Amino acid sequence: MVEHGDIRVVHRGGSKINFREPVVTHDSRFLLCASGEAVKVFSTSTEECIHELRGHTGLVTGVLLRPSNHLQVYSSSVDGTVRLWDFTDGILIKTYVIGYPVYSIYASANHEKVLFIVIPMQSDKRVELFQLVAVHLPESGEQLVETRELSAVLSNVSSNPAAIAFGRGGEYLASVNGLELEVYFFKKHKSFRFPLKKDNKKGGKNTFTCLACHPKDDCIATGHEDGKIRLWRNFNHKKEYTYSTLHWHHSAVSSLCFTPEGTNLLSGGVESVLVQWRYNQESERDFLPRLGAAITHITVSPDGALFCTSHSDNKVTIIQSCVKVSAVIQGLVKGDIRTDLLVDPRSKALVLNGKPGHLQFYSLQRDKLLYNLDIVQQEYIHESGLQQFEVVKAAFDASGSWLATVEERNQKAAELELNLKLWAFDEQTQSFVLNTTISAPHNAQITAVCFRQGADSQTTLLVSTSKDGHFKAWQLAAPAHTEDEGASWLCDFVGAYHDRLPECCSFSADGSLLAVAFQEVVTVWNPASWELLTTLSQPPGAIRDLCFGRLSCSKYLMGTTASNLLCCWNLLTCSLEWSTSMDVSLLLDDPLSENMAAFCCQSGSTDLFVFKPSEPRPLFSHKAVCSGAVTRAIFAPREEMLESCEESSQWLNRSQLYFVTQHTDLMTFTTKAEEDRLMASSKQLVIDDSVAMTPFYLLLGKHRQQQEENRDPESSLSVARTALPQTSTSIKELLQTPAHVLPSTSHLCSMFVQSLLISVSGCREEKAHTEEEMESEKEEEDSEEEMESSNCKPGPAAAAAAGGQAVEPDAPALTKAQARELRRVRKLDYSWLADLLDS
Amino acid sequence: MASFKPTKIQVYPKLGEKVTQDTLYWKNYKAPVQIKEFGAVTNIDFSPVTPHNFAVTAFTRIHVYGPFSQEPVKTFSRFKDTAYCGRFRSDGQLLVAGCEDSVVRLFDVSGKVALRMFKGHTKAVHLTDFTSDRYQIVTGSDDYTCRLWDIPNATELTNYREHTDYIRCGVTSKLNRDLFITGSYDHTVKLFDARVDKSVITMDHGQPVESVLLYPSEGLLVSAGGRHVKVWDLLKGGQPLVSLKNHHKTVTSLALSSNGQRLLSASLDRHVKVYNTTNYKVVHNFDYAAAILSLALAPDDESIVVGMTNSILSIKHRKSQEDSNETAGQQRRRPSYRVFVKGKNYVPKQDDYLVSKPVKQHLAKYDKQLRKFHVSKALDTALETWTRFRKPEIPVAVIKELDRRGTLKNALAGRDEQGLSRLLNFLIGNLVDARFAPVLVTAAEMILDIYQSVIGQSPVVDRQLLRLQDLVEREIDYQKDLLEVLGMLDTLFASSLPRKEVPCSGISRSNGLTQGEAGTSKSQLQVT
Repeated sequence: MVEHGDIRVVHRGGSKINFREPVVTHDSRFLLCASGEAVKVFSTSTEECIHELRGHTGLVTGVLLRPSNHLQVYSSSVDGTVRLWDFTDGILIKTYVIGYPVYSIYASANHEKVLFIVIPMQSDKRVELFQLVAVHLPESGEQLVETRELSAVLSNVSSNPAAIAFGRGGEYLASVNGLELEVYFFKKHKSFRFPLKKDNKKGGKNTFTCLACHPKDDCIATGHEDGKIRLWRNFNHKKEYTYSTLHWHHSAVSSLCFTPEGTNLLSGGVESVLVQWRYNQESERDFLPRLGAAITHITVSPDGALFCTSHSDNKVTIIQSCVKVSAVIQGLVKGDIRTDLLVDPRSKALVLNGKPGHLQFYSLQRDKLLYNLDIVQQEYIHESGLQQFEVVKAAFDASGSWLATVEERNQKAAELELNLKLWAFDEQTQSFVLNTTISAPHNAQITAVCFRQGADSQTTLLVSTSKDGHFKAWQLAAPAHTEDEGASWLCDFVGAYHDRLPECCSFSADGSLLAVAFQEVVTVWNPASWELLTTLSQPPGAIRDLCFGRLSCSKYLMGTTASNLLCCWNLLTCSLEWSTSMDVSLLLDDPLSENMAAFCCQSGSTDLFVFKPSEPRPLFSHKAVCSGAVTRAIFAPREEMLESCEESSQWLNRSQLYFVTQHTDLMTFTTKAEEDRLMASSKQLVIDDSVAMTPFYLLLGKHRQQQEENRDPESSLSVARTALPQTSTSIKELLQTPAHVLPSTSHLCSMFVQSLLISVSGCREEKAHTEEEMESEKEEEDSEEEMESSNCKPGPAAAAAAGGQAVEPDAPALTKAQARELRRVRKLDYSWLADLLDS
Repeated sequence: MASFKPTKIQVYPKLGEKVTQDTLYWKNYKAPVQIKEFGAVTNIDFSPVTPHNFAVTAFTRIHVYGPFSQEPVKTFSRFKDTAYCGRFRSDGQLLVAGCEDSVVRLFDVSGKVALRMFKGHTKAVHLTDFTSDRYQIVTGSDDYTCRLWDIPNATELTNYREHTDYIRCGVTSKLNRDLFITGSYDHTVKLFDARVDKSVITMDHGQPVESVLLYPSEGLLVSAGGRHVKVWDLLKGGQPLVSLKNHHKTVTSLALSSNGQRLLSASLDRHVKVYNTTNYKVVHNFDYAAAILSLALAPDDESIVVGMTNSILSIKHRKSQEDSNETAGQQRRRPSYRVFVKGKNYVPKQDDYLVSKPVKQHLAKYDKQLRKFHVSKALDTALETWTRFRKPEIPVAVIKELDRRGTLKNALAGRDEQGLSRLLNFLIGNLVDARFAPVLVTAAEMILDIYQSVIGQSPVVDRQLLRLQDLVEREIDYQKDLLEVLGMLDTLFASSLPRKEVPCSGISRSNGLTQGEAGTSKSQLQVT
């Protein structure tokens, strides 16, 4: 056994972005999503991820804009901390340690320095009970803050973040759980409970699912399991409350949201239709249908211009005022993976089941969903319990110019609807275009599809094996008649072996041999003449996987059997070369090397062995890769080869091994060297300058630049003569701390000026000038928080700020603080040089 | 917001003839003009000069027709007996013909009386032709001889006695004045050279030769006899190139299309077949009313003239370009075209800011109803299209879509007598169609489940249900018969195919699990 020194199993991207409600910033430019252990900041216009706020060690359960400062954001996590971030620069400002896992987070503008969080009840660990507590955030300059002041507000609340909301101006708090609505008034410290009956007469289910409070009016909207929306009014009395019912949704309402002005109510559910109700004129409704998948959350930007809907297929849709979808941020869709993991040879993207009836192309390098390919091409009916067409098999040919997909719909056991579709890559549109549809290619479920791999072979060949006992070869045939548009696929050969069921098939690397496993027996065929060349078998146990060796090991055929045997046959002698007893759940080959990987399931966890078919000795082994069985994995080619000389990690040089765990997490193996390189590159990541390029900006920016150029010689001259205090500690401190955590400018100013006043030797005029400049810098720091407004403000302060940027136009990676420091250093150098010259 | 995806109408392969470029070309002829002659039409020859009149030899006359005339423009009737093989000279001025009375007559096309009479044969002359220098005539006769005559002197130049049976066909070279080819009932085709007074090449056709034809390049020779058409390579000394056997009766006549790309053969089986001369596959087929004796194509394939044993001459003229233009012109009269393309072909200038209008999706009526979840209405609309256009694919696709949505039952239920009878009517029409059966059987079962309580209330519906039952029973019987035939065929194939040994690995043989032989034979069976 080879020790695995530096190879680690790591999560690889594709985390959920629809787990919690997304947050739109005040200027509607950014969208913040909780995504795994990080918060992702997306641009609402370009759909790109601008940066990730990393720091939490557990799942992030809530993202919330700070009510008192809309450039900062709170995030809560199950790791028991609440963190405060600056999302424009991606800087962690503060960490509040709560000590209990936080399930959701709320705040209100009326309650300053108080956060409301949902944590589990401490009394009983076993029962899933949650309570809402208020956290008083202590004033402290330190980064890490312990919070001890927890005061319970409501007990027995739902852990669903949509079940709690603040009412008009934070006067009351409403919470739903099960069949009960509870409203808590802060002023009176009094709560009212409004229970509903379990079922009404028509069999509707009254269970609350979500809640929203009107921003201006005393009105609470609640969504229910049976698709009804209730509008509660007059709820500050125990008895005289009223409610009205709205009903459009046919199944549970999953999210409700009022627009900021309170004129409209938005609701969504499984139907994937966004419904907009006019407040007080509920008969008027607007619909935005076919949003793709069930709506899980709805949010509205603070100015009411953008609506954001999260969907169950890991997608966030940005809608402009309920008419037009302006952007779609799509994450990796994680459903039931029926197709094997594939790698598109052209784009090197990972291909797997995505939205229902689609294949998704996911770029592993960029952690971004490239596109979804609609395979089924049918209107998706959003109804639970309906049998839909599903893509169950897919295969690419070696050059990536053909894609074969199998979709099936199994309504009853007897009626199986099967379609085999072949897609040609279209160079012009850079996507796959349907070439041939073969309906009912087999009489029973297709167990495997496989393209002939030889890249040089003229004719592409596809083999499909089915539970009807046959395997069929499909070939691209030239059009028989001129009216047909182009070449299409035809059945070339039908093969069978006794009455056994073919389970899997594999082509040799050069495409000259086809191996089809019929239960216990492997048959080897010649695809040119369709002759049965030989049969191999190693009973008992049906063959599960078949792989031909590659490159130097191309004479070997590997197979795994259901009876825990890994066999290697030599095709030259037609005999068993070696076999070993292991419960291999998945065997796969690296297309770029001789290596093969076998995932073995042993006592609840999975081990990985990497070996060459030529010798029964693992090159690399990794115990307990993950819990549960690994059923899907793929070797993805690297963009650039690694140069690792260690024997144990050499197998990762050309390609990377990705696998999917039971919980559909995408994992991979990385080496230490690779991680180091990744860390280094992430440090010099470019934070893009998020100022929009408006015509106004272009005009003003140019003007400022000129101004700066005119000013520059003069200012440097004047600076040269003043000997500034070089070792002032206060300045250094000021320059090194981020602007966001500095005390207020007015407080700092006098101290700062004091520090400057140490040297009194310079003439008056010059000092005035320096003072002015220092002041301008001050103002710049001051204006950091309203960056836009300061940028648009003409005058010396803004000019100086712009000048700071204009000096270093090719280094936008620097933060402002750094830029300022640089400028300072340069100026200091100048003065020192000038002094030398003078003397 | 994704747009509504319309119902996918399955495209089924069209049964019957496939439309190819050739079918389009050869179908582009008008309805034939039929002219009654006095007897079986034995030969048709087009004049090489414009206006390309053609001479039709039938019984004791030769009629010359103009390209578009229904009546003969000229008649040569001074034959004592049946005339044969009236052919034009390459300048179109002279015409030669053989006769049953063994005399060969030479006519001036403008005259009436024979200019020259060539006497010397002792039996009927079936082959006459001019050599390419225009001063000599080749004749072939039932007295087994073929002779070369000089026109100015009307004297016999050479007499070839190589054939051992009737000489019934022949052709002279257009490029060499000394070469000519004859085909005889002695199964041979011979190439003669006038300079050496004997045959140069002899080719054995295998059947009595009825017709020979030279390619324009004269490198290839085509001969027809019996059911075979054979192509010979003259440049390789008469090597056989291809043998075609596409007719089921004697092939009587051959012709080449004007560009030399297609070969036509006419036969007594009443068919004219068109072959591609590169791969010699049949690309088109014409049917005629009676056995065909002669066939000719006008230059540029302007018309196809066929003479038959029932003494009918059929002339098909090519549809002119103007005809097709006229019909197209009528369609274009509608103003809609310009309305639709208005502004579409405008190319934006450099500084223009392009605002694209959202493209409106056009949906069929049933799709619009499906989009609104009006399932019953959608099914009604689809059935309506079936009654109007006879396209069963559409209702079947809609039923399939409704089944997928799980709302088929709702769509089928709640119908009155009229609606139900229309639905049953559709089922009766298409239930047994193998392409639709899987979908329609579920629908039929649902209908029976839903409406079983109202059976007996309406005579119309009851009658239709009985018909449906009858239909299903007949189909079951039919399927049983088919399965029996299939079983018989399987046994026949299995016994006739040779068995083959498959090498097995030592291990697999030792455990006695695999015998490869059966597998191979089965797989081969599947291929056939």
